Amino acid sequence: MIHWNSFSDFVAMGGYGFYVWGSFGATVLIMAIEPIVVARNRKATIARLKRQLRAETRNTAE
Amino acid sequence: MKDRFNLYRFASPATFYPFAGTLIPYFVAVSVVFGLAGLWLGMLVAPTDFQQGEGYRIIFIHVPASWMSMFIYLVMAGWAAIGLAFNTRLSGMMAQALAPTGALMAFLSLLTGALWGKPMWGAWWVWDARLTSELILLFLYIGYMALTAAIDDARRADKAGGLLLLVGVVNIPIIYFSVKWWNTLHQGSSVNLAKSSMATTMLWGMLLMAMCFWMYSIAIALMRVRTIMLERERHTDWVKAELLGKAGDEK
Repeated sequence: MIHWNSFSDFVAMGGYGFYVWGSFGATVLIMAIEPIVVARNRKATIARLKRQLRAETRNTAE
Repeated sequence: MKDRFNLYRFASPATFYPFAGTLIPYFVAVSVVFGLAGLWLGMLVAPTDFQQGEGYRIIFIHVPASWMSMFIYLVMAGWAAIGLAFNTRLSGMMAQALAPTGALMAFLSLLTGALWGKPMWGAWWVWDARLTSELILLFLYIGYMALTAAIDDARRADKAGGLLLLVGVVNIPIIYFSVKWWNTLHQGSSVNLAKSSMATTMLWGMLLMAMCFWMYSIAIALMRVRTIMLERERHTDWVKAELLGKAGDEK
């Protein structure tokens, strides 16, 4: 069922290791970083909007 | 009337926002399952390609990323058309939320293509119809993002960006059919409805990876659109309630 005879075979990818793992590495990196950036942006936006909202309500109360 | 499912209800950001929030974990989970299954089939089970050896395994990233780069653009253009025709608020937000992911998919397509081209063709890059039109797609994404970011008024930004998206949509069939229309170095399509040139495990590995990328894109776009909604609708009561209530506690 498993195509590979050994782990080193798997890593070597028949001599194409750099190209194959480079492709997969770049993809994993992007798919890990993008959600982190989106989540951080969301946190920052919520914090900023909350500050603005509090400032607005304070001004209208005075 | 009340208990009938009404699709138009979700066109309102106030209803779409919590709905999207509940959907995200499911899309993430499904994406992970498809990804693991696809990697298992593609990287562990699928046989060696008789022409390209093990190097062909880049296909499990390259094709899904390329498909998504084109598909996301079509979806954005669809939202742009709806937005321009019916002046709906949600459509511009959806297009905005999809653009960065589409750009990343186009970038991944080009990068993995270069990593595939080098060992197989002996060149990282050639000015071939398929590659060039995909590069134009990346520029269209970047152009859309730069244009909408440069216009302060969100509704006007949506309109200008929407026009750019609709004009640029002509590029999608050019990418898709480029390998048929011109003599390109890029190989033809490996997947056909009638007869596929690939081994079954290769094909399924690729389709599973495509589903993984698809679900990932939906999840990340929903995450992004929720932030855009808060920002754009900040003067509405529902956003104020959201901000004063639970928005700060969740991630």
